[in-house]
Amino acid sequence: MRLELKGITKRFGTFVANDAIDLVVEPGEVHCLLGENGAGKSTLMNVLFGLLHADDGEVLLDDRPVTFASPRAALAAGIGMVNQHFMLVPVFTVAENVVLGDEPTRGGGVLDRALAARRVRDVSARFGFELDPEAIVGDLPVGVQQRVEIVKSLVHDAKILILDEPTAVLTPQETDELLVIMRGLADAGTAIVFITHKLREVAAIADRITVIRRGRVVGQAVPPVDTAELAGLMVGRDVTLTVDKQPIESGEVRLCVRSLTVVDERGATAVAGIDLDVRAGEILAVAGVQGNGQTELCEAILGLRPATGSVTVDGAEVLGRPVRETLDAGVGFIPEDRSSDGIISSFSVAENLILDIHDRAPFASGVAYRLDACRDNAVSRVDEFDIRTTSVDATAGSLSGGNQQKVVLARELSRPLRVLIASQPTRGLDVGSIEYVHRRVVRERDQGTAVLVVSTELDEVLALADRIAVMYGGRVMGVVPGDTSRDVLGLMMAGIPLAEAEAEA
Amino acid sequence: MSADTTSNRAAGPAVDPAADPAMVQPRRGWGTPVALGVLAIVTLVGFGATVSGELSSGFRLSDADDVVAVPTLTVPSQTAIIVLGVLALAAAGYVGWAVTTRRRPLPIVAIAGGLLLVAAFLVWAVAGAEIPLVSLLQGSLFLAVPLVFGSMSGVLCERAGVINIAIEGQLLAGAFASAVIASLTGSIYVGLIAAMAAGLLVSWLLAVFAIRFVVDQIVLGFVLNVLVIGVTNFLYGQVLANDGDRWNSPERFQRLRIPVLADIPVVGPVLFDQTLIVYCMYVTVAGLSFALFRTRWGLRVRAVGEHPKAADTAGLDVNRIRFRNVLLSGVVAGFGGAFFTLGSVGSFAEEMTSGQGFIALAALIFGRWSPLGALVGALLFGFASNLQSVLSIISTPIPSEFLLMAPYVVTIFAVAGLVGKVRAPAADGIPYRP
Amino acid sequence: MSATTAPPNPPPPGPPAPPTPPAPPTPVDASASPARIPTWLRGPLLTLCALILALAVGAILIAVSDEDVRAAAAYFGARPGDTLSAIVGAVADAYAALFRGAVLDTRAESAAGLFAPIADTLLFATPLIAGGLAVALPFKAGMFNIGAEGQIAIAAVGAAYVGFTCQLPLVIHAVVAVVAGLVCGAVWGGIAGVLRAATGASEVITTIMLNYIARFGLLYLLSTEAFLRPGRNDPISPPIADSAALPALLSGSRLNVGLILAILAAVFTWWLLTRSTIGFRFRAVGANPDAARTAGISVPRAYIGVMLIAGALAGVAGVSQVLGSERVLTTGISAGLGFDAITVALLGRANPVGVVGAGLLFGALNAGAITMQAQTGTSLDIVTVIQALIVLFIAAPELVRRVFRLRVTGGGIGQLSKGWNA
Repeated sequence: MRLELKGITKRFGTFVANDAIDLVVEPGEVHCLLGENGAGKSTLMNVLFGLLHADDGEVLLDDRPVTFASPRAALAAGIGMVNQHFMLVPVFTVAENVVLGDEPTRGGGVLDRALAARRVRDVSARFGFELDPEAIVGDLPVGVQQRVEIVKSLVHDAKILILDEPTAVLTPQETDELLVIMRGLADAGTAIVFITHKLREVAAIADRITVIRRGRVVGQAVPPVDTAELAGLMVGRDVTLTVDKQPIESGEVRLCVRSLTVVDERGATAVAGIDLDVRAGEILAVAGVQGNGQTELCEAILGLRPATGSVTVDGAEVLGRPVRETLDAGVGFIPEDRSSDGIISSFSVAENLILDIHDRAPFASGVAYRLDACRDNAVSRVDEFDIRTTSVDATAGSLSGGNQQKVVLARELSRPLRVLIASQPTRGLDVGSIEYVHRRVVRERDQGTAVLVVSTELDEVLALADRIAVMYGGRVMGVVPGDTSRDVLGLMMAGIPLAEAEAEA
Repeated sequence: MSADTTSNRAAGPAVDPAADPAMVQPRRGWGTPVALGVLAIVTLVGFGATVSGELSSGFRLSDADDVVAVPTLTVPSQTAIIVLGVLALAAAGYVGWAVTTRRRPLPIVAIAGGLLLVAAFLVWAVAGAEIPLVSLLQGSLFLAVPLVFGSMSGVLCERAGVINIAIEGQLLAGAFASAVIASLTGSIYVGLIAAMAAGLLVSWLLAVFAIRFVVDQIVLGFVLNVLVIGVTNFLYGQVLANDGDRWNSPERFQRLRIPVLADIPVVGPVLFDQTLIVYCMYVTVAGLSFALFRTRWGLRVRAVGEHPKAADTAGLDVNRIRFRNVLLSGVVAGFGGAFFTLGSVGSFAEEMTSGQGFIALAALIFGRWSPLGALVGALLFGFASNLQSVLSIISTPIPSEFLLMAPYVVTIFAVAGLVGKVRAPAADGIPYRP
Repeated sequence: MSATTAPPNPPPPGPPAPPTPPAPPTPVDASASPARIPTWLRGPLLTLCALILALAVGAILIAVSDEDVRAAAAYFGARPGDTLSAIVGAVADAYAALFRGAVLDTRAESAAGLFAPIADTLLFATPLIAGGLAVALPFKAGMFNIGAEGQIAIAAVGAAYVGFTCQLPLVIHAVVAVVAGLVCGAVWGGIAGVLRAATGASEVITTIMLNYIARFGLLYLLSTEAFLRPGRNDPISPPIADSAALPALLSGSRLNVGLILAILAAVFTWWLLTRSTIGFRFRAVGANPDAARTAGISVPRAYIGVMLIAGALAGVAGVSQVLGSERVLTTGISAGLGFDAITVALLGRANPVGVVGAGLLFGALNAGAITMQAQTGTSLDIVTVIQALIVLFIAAPELVRRVFRLRVTGGGIGQLSKGWNA
């Protein structure tokens, strides 16, 4: 089936998420939709899938205009979608998830479980997936859950399959397996829309590429492509993720992590005995695919989750202490999920700027809380960090993502720090904000703070790091210099130990 | 926790599942075996050791007019308590062993352990006296009937993701409407239909405000209770109290004795010599249990309550399913409300549900949002309140208020995770905006 | 590389692209509304509209349940005017009596009599204000305290016990009794806080359960020698000693110092929430527990702290009842107060000033209801209906706006609870 989008426009209030987008997807081709976070890719696909309704433009299937009132209508027309966040019920079995919405029954509405299982087995066998229809989805690894999502679409005879950032949660191996699956599906005649912002994957699989930026199509290409040029189209200017950074003599060990082990809520070992040292005046970047224990590592250091082992700041043990004491030891923390952990969106900017220092002078005297001091502080921070807000009394939720992150930065950097832990500090930010955050982090390092940066973006790691620790499966695969080649890092991120990676690269 | 975060956290190869058994099997709580063990020891020490060795406990198993006469069961109190306590301890040991070895303990064992302790307690409380077991059980079932209907109403709502604090109001509305309409029309069956309609009305308000106007569901359920209490009290004071003969004197359902089944000793008179409402209760629980876990409807309802967005992308109309379920819940609870009047005392009284809706909620939570679990919870709570009145006749050492408290204390233990972990449907109480 | 179509990159209009599409403006977003009505007035305006709607529904109930109306309706076809005048008569009589009982007794002989209903209103408002605060404060910390009823009862037990057993000098006795009550209330509230903090058990469920435990506990205590009045079999305690009683504010009225305690409690709660670091932490935990935790604020401690203070606030209601207006402990000491406290907190939108206003309104309705029932025979339960409807309408501001064709946003209650798994 041939899919064509003509002049799709979608507005949210005054914000134009999709601006007259045209797109053609032929049967049997993998069409990459490339763009940064927030470029409007997901919005476009949600419009196509009936989750959002376009303000303008039309969707053509085999040259016939169609409109989908709901995802069900899209499904019925042969469009399947694999979401970034899986649309799977964790407590259901694979078969139950696959048949949900189109359940086989034995009359009287009684589920025919045998038939449901057979449908899963049939499709799995046809495309070479290994899926146990009776397994509980919540117990399966992410890569397998994703296959369940794909099977869900295939069972409905999807002729067009949309994959929305499917590799964000996968390991390199799982990603490669997925690419093979996609190629197989395309060869069988399925049209595939592959949404991503990862250039390597585009280069590996795309039959055709459309680049979207700020809601517009800014370019189209067919392989072979120059990835640097694609990146340029994506961000709208040449990517200069290199930060002006002077080599610096690093000092004594400030943050020392020894055999840190974290067992998560489900009883899985998320961090398996990690050793790390971060010295004064250096940036140690922790690289790795999302979900390999980085989140748990940061949270354990800060005291947000229980862990065993040892974490010392300037030689003093902080593990097992309350978060409060770890912060008091001079640790600054930029959490990876800004909106859920970094700011309180219903609080004012001023209050957000003193979240972790509200109970000390000059903001408190005894238990009394001093509004004027809070305000004065806010006025100067807003000025210093160039936080764009209508007023210091505006709620933090009313700020843009970049300005929210500046609030977090301003708060954390306004204390004298010994150690700064920044977890995914630029996730979801625009290029300007990214540069600002990077400059600030480097300045902090130049002032002699020990900085630990966690990032899943290799570009960011390479731009910032003095040294790089690669995490995989809860372990550190090796600590390498900041100028290590991407190939070596990539192999290490796939779980290959340093020595082998160097040999192979 | 949302499904997204779970899947993100689980991302990556993490650790080889074979190497780490914790990966494949989530940790099981020690709450159940420890609680069971501690209670068993308390029973042995507190009851077994203190009761006089000469006393015995008697349980009359049949009434004089029963077809099959069964002799009274008399057991030596101390010996019986020790035997039951040791058995319960063994059950605790088994569950503990299962937890240590990461096996899935048979749930029936933990339940049996709990029942053994209840039996031991009963032997202790009855020591030196004799109680009629059949009427104790009959009374328990009797008190449990509205609780069962109420908790089934809760199951219907909350499995679909709408919190139902308004069970009390649904029951009360059913009780009121059934009494008034049955009196006016002279037909208890019309009264029964009116009860369902009244419950439906309350749940319609719940559905409209919770789903259409996205009102906080706990606030809403709470306010609806107050509203129904206010309206029924007001109409009772204005109308029913002045002319009770006309407005508030319905017929009552008579017992229907099921031949043969009712002649089974103990079980027969308890289960099969009941009113139509009770037989409907059996059907409701069995039907709901089957429908929820074996039918397309049930799969969809549970999907909507667990992960509405997934249900939406699968083409289901989340809010329509929720709306229907909330309405259905009102019908069920309203029907149960009729039991207060048509199935029991035969007239309406102000606030006659007296918090039963909240015990039904407790039974629902205690039963982990499953129909059968809620049934067990409701029966247990009915048993506790009836035991209190039975024991007050033979003057036992425990104050009756403590027995009345027991269901609530047990529920707190349940939600605190001290006896296993209870988990509500993931999206329960969270409005869905498509 | 063959970039087939690469149009120039004009800077798109509007704000920089946010990472996710912005949600449609929330109803609380005052700046987005075109209204000329100032923000602070929107709550009261909505309340007024809700009150009018609730009174209208109440009027319907009064009309259909009135015997004269029903009698006239029997021959409605012949003389519809009779039915209408019967309706107007019944409703007007009832509401006029309600007003006389709540605000000004226009039939009074003296000036003192004219204003006497205000004292009654204040007397009824006292426990409602204190109880309302006990529900409002936890709302700010993201908790739903349904347990005011039990906390009031347990506080009353503590205060009463000191009140009728101890022999202490005049002022000291009362102070000790009040403190005992507050401590008991705090402990009872604290249980739910500790359970939430330690095990994550939803306070909605535990406080409901604790209400019943308190109810039966009180029943039990009143059957024991320590609490049962000598020579009585029904559950009633010995009278509170005069030295422990809260002094009356007006002669000839039961209005007492409890009102001042409730007002002080409201001032304290306001200060706590807006001018103290403890309140800052409570609000932070309520608004975003994850961010609060990350900023080093102990969430469990906040849960326990807020429930302790809430219990003590409910305790103010308990002591004002048992030491002030009732002066004896009975099983009915907290009857219905917990429910009213929740409605007051909701109506007051969980803000101390609003709670005082809502407490006064509900106090007036309760006081007026007694006069209404006495003078017109209209069941005082109509007030319960009106109260429930007001809160229902405020919880669904969209409905009220439609009825009154208001174009104002805001003023509603919003989403307070977070489901069982929160």
